[in-house]
Amino acid sequence: MSKSGMFGSKGSGDTSGFSGLVKSETVIGSAQRPYGGYFDQVADDLERAYPLFSDAIEQVVVDRGELTLFIKPDRLTEVAKILRDQLRFEMCVGVNGVHYPDQTNRELHTIYSLLSITRNQRIRLEVCVSEKSPHVPSLVEVWAGTNWHERETYDMFGIIFDNHPGLTRILMPDDWAGFPQRKDYPLGGIEIEYKGATVPAPSQRRSYT
Amino acid sequence: MTTFTDPYASSQETTEGRVYSVTGGDWDSLVTEIGATKEERVVLNMGPQHPSTHGVLRLILELEGETVTETRCGIGYLHTGIEKNTEFRNWTQGVTFVTRMDYLSPIFNETAYCLGVEKLLGITNDVTERATVIRVMMMEFNRISSHMVALGTGALELGALSPMIFAFREREKVLDIFELLSGLRMNMAYIRPGGVAQDLPAGALTKIRETVKDLRHNFKDNEKLLIGNSIWIKRTQGVGYLDLAGCTTLGITGPVLRSTGLAWDLRKAQPYCGYENYEFDIPTTDSCDVYGRFLIRMQELEQSLRIIEQCVTKLEKLEGQPVMVADKKIAWPSQLSVGADGMGNSLNHIREIMGESMEALIHHFKLVTEGFRVPAGQVYTAIESPRGELGVNLVSDGGTRPYRVHFRDPSFNNLQSTAAMCEGGQIADVIAAVASIDPVMGGVDR
Repeated sequence: MSKSGMFGSKGSGDTSGFSGLVKSETVIGSAQRPYGGYFDQVADDLERAYPLFSDAIEQVVVDRGELTLFIKPDRLTEVAKILRDQLRFEMCVGVNGVHYPDQTNRELHTIYSLLSITRNQRIRLEVCVSEKSPHVPSLVEVWAGTNWHERETYDMFGIIFDNHPGLTRILMPDDWAGFPQRKDYPLGGIEIEYKGATVPAPSQRRSYT
Repeated sequence: MTTFTDPYASSQETTEGRVYSVTGGDWDSLVTEIGATKEERVVLNMGPQHPSTHGVLRLILELEGETVTETRCGIGYLHTGIEKNTEFRNWTQGVTFVTRMDYLSPIFNETAYCLGVEKLLGITNDVTERATVIRVMMMEFNRISSHMVALGTGALELGALSPMIFAFREREKVLDIFELLSGLRMNMAYIRPGGVAQDLPAGALTKIRETVKDLRHNFKDNEKLLIGNSIWIKRTQGVGYLDLAGCTTLGITGPVLRSTGLAWDLRKAQPYCGYENYEFDIPTTDSCDVYGRFLIRMQELEQSLRIIEQCVTKLEKLEGQPVMVADKKIAWPSQLSVGADGMGNSLNHIREIMGESMEALIHHFKLVTEGFRVPAGQVYTAIESPRGELGVNLVSDGGTRPYRVHFRDPSFNNLQSTAAMCEGGQIADVIAAVASIDPVMGGVDR
C-alpha cells in the first residue's frame, strides 16, 4: 500500500518536489511459529491453561522483540484471569489507546502492557473495537491498577470499559465534549507572529507523514 | 460605603449540606461553627492549591472526626496534552515535549522516549558506548536530584524545615552539573534519538568527581537529622501501609514496591543502557510504610553515587568516542554548543552550511524540518525512574512524526494507592502517605 502527494497539506504552489513524495505503508502481519525467545513458552502455557485459546485470539504479532496478542473483546476478561492466575502475569502496568481511523470497524485499539515479576517477562494484549460500538470489558476486577488507566483511555479515546466501577473523565474536565486523542480531534493552536513573520499553528504546518 | 462578603471565605447552605470555604486565616471561626453542629462526618476538599499536596493534586477526604473514612484523588489540573502535541512534531522534537512531563526527572522521560525511538529504528546497538554511559550518568544524577525533592518536601510537609534546606542545597549541586553538561538545569532535551545532544565540556569529569565527593559528605546531614529521629519515626512508621499483594494488583513499582521487601528494579531485572555492567545494590525494607520508603530513597542516593563513579571511570577510557550514531540520516548534523542561555548552534557548523557546502545545507534543512522516517510498528520500553516503572508506548506509521506517544508514568499509576494507604488512618497521616508516593503532577497529568 502506498500514499503519494503531500500527505495532508493542500493548496501550496510548491515546486520543491515535496508534492511528489511517495510513502509506502507497511502492514505488520501475523507471526508464525516459532515466535522466538520466551514467546513460544507463553503461547504454549496459554494454550494449555485455556483450551479456547485459538478461538479467543485474533492475531499474534511478534515485532521488534515484543509479543502482542490480539484478543476478541468478549474473551478479554477470561484471558486476563488465566494470564494472571496461571501464567503469573501479576501486573498490568498500563492501558492505553490508539486510534486508526482507516481500519474500518477496528478503529479503536486498546493496549494492555502486562508484566510478570515471577517469570520476568512482558507481553502485550491488544483489543480492537469499532468507533460505533466502542465497548471493551473492564479489567479492574482482574488488576485493580487498571482503574485510572481505563479512565484515561476513556477520557482520551471514548472507549467504554463495561463494568468499570466509575468510568468518568480523569484528565479533562467532566463536561468536556469530544475525545482529544482521536485523530479527527483538532490540536488547536493559533498563528504566532515572530519578528514580523507569522508561524502557523503546529497542526497547520507542512507535514511529511 | 458598601460592605462586601467574601464568597471565598464564608459558609453557605447547599443541597449537599453546609459548605465552608477556608483560605488561610479563618480556621478559628470554622472550628467554632463546625463544633456547634452535631455532625461528625465532614467531607474535606484539600487542594488543588495546597502546599502539601505536591503540586496541583486535589484530595477529597471524608472524615469522621480525625479518621479518614474515604479518600478520592482529583487529578488533571496540569494536563497539557503533551502526548497529542508530539503527534504534530517530528521524532526529535518529541524529546523537547516529553522532558516536560515529569519535571523532576526530565532525563528519564527523555531516555525512555529515545530508547523507544531507537528500538523502532532498530539502532539500539548502534548507539555508542560513550553516549550510553553519559545517559546512565545523567540518569543517576537525576535520580539524586529527584529523591532530594522527595525527601525535602516530604519532610517539609511533616513540619521539618531543615531537611528541606539541606536537600535543596544538594539538589542545587546536581542542577549545576546539568547546567554544565547540557546548558540547562531542567527540561534539557539533552538525550536525543541516537545519542546525546553534545559531548561533555572540558573539565566536566573533574567537576563531577568533586561534586560526588561533596554530595556523599553532605548527605550525612539529612541522615543525622532524620534516621532515628523519634518525631520523624512517630510520624512515618506504620503509616501509609501497603503490602506486596496491594502493590501488584495496583501495579505499584519503585520505592513503594521495594518497601514491601521485593527487590524489583528494572535496572537489575531487565537491564537497559548497559546497567548490567555496573555494580550497585537494590535497597529494600520490609516495613511497607512511609519510613521504609524514606530509608530506601536515602540508600538509593549512595547507590546512584556509586554508579556515577563507575561512569566517570568509563568515560575517561572512552574519551574521543562519538556521542551520536554514525548514520547521517538520523544524527543531527552538528554538535550543539553550550552558550550563556542554554544549548545553541555550533558556529563551525553554521560556517560550513552557509558558506562552504550547499549539499550540507540541504541535508541539514531536510533533516531538521522534515526529520527522519521511523519504520512502522509499535514498541514498549520501560526504565526505572525514581518513582518506578516509566514506560513508553510508541506507535509509528512509518512517517516523520510519531503516530502515538503514550507515557505510562509511575506517578499516575502509584497515586491510585492513596485510598489504600490512607483510609482508616488519621488525617495527618494522609500527608505522610502521599509524600511517600512522591507523585509529580506534571507526570500524572501530562
